[in-house]
Amino acid sequence: MSQPNNSVNRRTFLKSSALAGGGLLLSFTFLSAFKKGELSADLEAEDQWYEITGYIKITPDNKIKILNPNPEFGQNVMTSLPMIVAEELEVDWTKIIVEMGPHDNVKLGPQFTGGSNSVRMYWKPLREAGAAARQMLLLGAAQTWNLPVEELTAKAGMIYHEKSGKSGTYGEFASRAATIPIPKGVKLKEAKNFKLVRNSQKNVEGQKIVSGKPLFGIDYKQEGMLIAMIEHPPAFGMKLKSFDATEALKMPGITDVFRQTLYEPGMEQGGFDTRTFNELLVVVGKTTWEVMNARKKLKVSWEPAGETKDIINGRTGKKEVVVPGKLETTSEQRKLMQEYANRPAQQLRKDGDPETAFKNAAQIIERTYNAPFLAHNCMEPMNFFAHVTADKALLVGPLQAPAWTEPLLSKVLGLPADKIEIQMTRMGGGFGRRAYGHYLAEAALISKKVKAPVKLIYTREDDMTYGIYRPMYTATYRAALDANKNLIGFHVKGGGIPEHAIHANRFPAGAVDNYLAEAWEIPSNITIGAFRAPRSNFNAAAEQSFLDELAEAMGKDPIDFRLELLKRAKENPVGKNNEYDADRYAGVLQLVKEKSGWNKEENKKYSRGVAAYFCHNSYAAHVIDFINKDGKPTVERVFSAVDCGIVVNPDAASNMVEGAVIDGIGNALYGALTHKEGAAEQNNFHRYKMIRMNETPRQIDVHFVQNDIDPTGLGEPPFPPVFGAVANALYRATGKRYYDQPYGPQLNSAKRAF
Amino acid sequence: MISLTINNKTYNLDVDPATPLLWVLRDHLDLVGTKYGCGMAQCGACTVHLNGEAVRSCVTRVSQAAGKKVVTIEGLSETNEHPLQKAWLELDVAQCGYCQTGQIMSAAALLRKNSHPTDKDIDAAMAGNICRCGTYLRIREAIHLAADMGKK
Repeated sequence: MSQPNNSVNRRTFLKSSALAGGGLLLSFTFLSAFKKGELSADLEAEDQWYEITGYIKITPDNKIKILNPNPEFGQNVMTSLPMIVAEELEVDWTKIIVEMGPHDNVKLGPQFTGGSNSVRMYWKPLREAGAAARQMLLLGAAQTWNLPVEELTAKAGMIYHEKSGKSGTYGEFASRAATIPIPKGVKLKEAKNFKLVRNSQKNVEGQKIVSGKPLFGIDYKQEGMLIAMIEHPPAFGMKLKSFDATEALKMPGITDVFRQTLYEPGMEQGGFDTRTFNELLVVVGKTTWEVMNARKKLKVSWEPAGETKDIINGRTGKKEVVVPGKLETTSEQRKLMQEYANRPAQQLRKDGDPETAFKNAAQIIERTYNAPFLAHNCMEPMNFFAHVTADKALLVGPLQAPAWTEPLLSKVLGLPADKIEIQMTRMGGGFGRRAYGHYLAEAALISKKVKAPVKLIYTREDDMTYGIYRPMYTATYRAALDANKNLIGFHVKGGGIPEHAIHANRFPAGAVDNYLAEAWEIPSNITIGAFRAPRSNFNAAAEQSFLDELAEAMGKDPIDFRLELLKRAKENPVGKNNEYDADRYAGVLQLVKEKSGWNKEENKKYSRGVAAYFCHNSYAAHVIDFINKDGKPTVERVFSAVDCGIVVNPDAASNMVEGAVIDGIGNALYGALTHKEGAAEQNNFHRYKMIRMNETPRQIDVHFVQNDIDPTGLGEPPFPPVFGAVANALYRATGKRYYDQPYGPQLNSAKRAF
Repeated sequence: MISLTINNKTYNLDVDPATPLLWVLRDHLDLVGTKYGCGMAQCGACTVHLNGEAVRSCVTRVSQAAGKKVVTIEGLSETNEHPLQKAWLELDVAQCGYCQTGQIMSAAALLRKNSHPTDKDIDAAMAGNICRCGTYLRIREAIHLAADMGKK
């Protein structure tokens, strides 16, 4: 094998990566492209790195590197995924070099951050990779020493032959191990033997974060790079008519102003190619501030876009979608939703005979819940670096789904996928927003047009008003009680703009004999997409508030009532396709009941709300305690119980749950994006209220159910039930039920925020 | 030409005096630890010290910083071992990490004035810094921990 040198570029690297088997590889991080003198130490030392499976690289002097395959947006996969590899590889964690992997779905798996899937989908492949690599190193040692592999053991980056007293580092056998075909079916550890997994390890990028190192896409820079921004229409339903850039072009630093079509007419879009505006007015210049200033000098006329059509080929197949042209206003949207709610809807699930149950009911409880659009508001606004030349493209920045974005780039640039390189930086938040790769396509087209490396930056205003939002939702829940206050029928009818949120096969489906779920949708030109626990983030607010009210009407404790329903769902389930595991669901309720001292006298001083939910394969329950401070209900403490199976990195997992609780409280109390004539009424944080430190609880106690179930996901599940627990606690604090999000404005007045 | 003292280093820059200090730091000096979040002093991601006071660099014109002492996260301590940085690591505060440099700079200004702040002091001093991931409880605890380190 030849000695690599610094001139080996990424293109060569990707080519050699594609070779079967081992092979010598040179690692590359975006930092090394960032600035001379910040080259990673290994690169400068011109180390020989031997690849032992796609995830592991080892030098002859026993430096061990583990690649994190999945984009990092704060869920801590840079640490937890390499931990999983290291567990099976048998290495000293403190000596491991962790690096973000390149975009390479052949070697590094699906590389998608979202759906609480990072740990869940990588759990088995990473364990197998770690175990296979350990076996390759053992075989390498066996060949070198000419000993039977069965007599060798691996521990902390060393290989031992006990009988002869021989030992050697992994590094000594790396070159030989790299030539051995990756073995399949190597036995994995039993959970009880984990040494690293289940033990808290600190964030491997912690030091870089607290010292302000260039980790994020917005920090990326290349020699000769220009800054680009897009002047968007002032409202959904509008488009660019004409512009005069004379004054803008006179501004210092400005190099170009032009019109750019994003997707050519008729282009088939993937399910995550959502974009809001197709005709872009682009301003390019030397520095961010100069471009910001020049935008103010543009003279632009906009016009109604009218009805448009998109061809979407997503998960549900290829279809033509008509995008309405109307300039929408929130109050009118609400009226329209009320109209739709009274019309016949699509039946999603029916068990028993709900019509008769409601006809015979002694009491019917009916409540309607509403929630507004929400903006993701990642702290790092959307941005991406692109350098597109005639025959290739380099893109660097923050995104959740490189594998979904590459085909889009290929389409808009007319380049084959293997000529497109995407490097993933740390993301300053994602929450679903960065699963939509339109901003990479924008950056790439701009770079292609100006023939230079370009960093596209959204201002906060661009980010907030040109979003891929959480949809606007509503749902009406009805319960039928007999004369003895038994629940005999349950009906949910939900709708939304432009999608409904109803999960027809989730609790309490399966626990009620007569059950009906229906839904409807209203098309819109306001763009929507995934937002932390899509749909669940509304359902858990509505359904869990309704169950609380129902328990009260039935004279039952809200936790006991849910447990009774779950018992029924477990012992004698109604219907088919119930998505949840009643035992795990009940488990988090029981745990939170115990840990919160639910029935204890000393906790009576709190206004307590409980809620639980299942989504994304995991289970979470919260008890939220409010107190009255200065005459206003104030959140004081939170108890959380989560069942996500094996917890890889417990302290970081707790941090994630704490964050989900804060995020949930913030959005439940304040989150709302409203529109007037198509224009977002909130464009920055002075109008879009975010939860701040003085509004947070004093204490959040996080408890995980201890079991040996393979990890089932954590980023999303704890988030939705927070909304319900907040609503239920506020009811106990104020004597008033809360049906419309956000709840905060109603605490001071009867005013609705949207 | 504007003369700036940033992290004890002098820079002479030919920039529009109205340019926000934030963009001078990020675009001209490659000091990217100071983050852009809102551009209107609403989120605190761009917090730096100007003569020891926490200011939002996104609304501080570079001309206002001339002749004053600017400290950014890169210069908070020579070895990145400020008690706050150590406390942040000890409690593994960060999730996405984007806001944390601004949080640390706000906290450092607080501790300089008030070496042992109460929860209420911390809440008041930190209310201008948004953390979208919701790490507020760990931030609060880390400030207490750093205050304790400073005492020892």
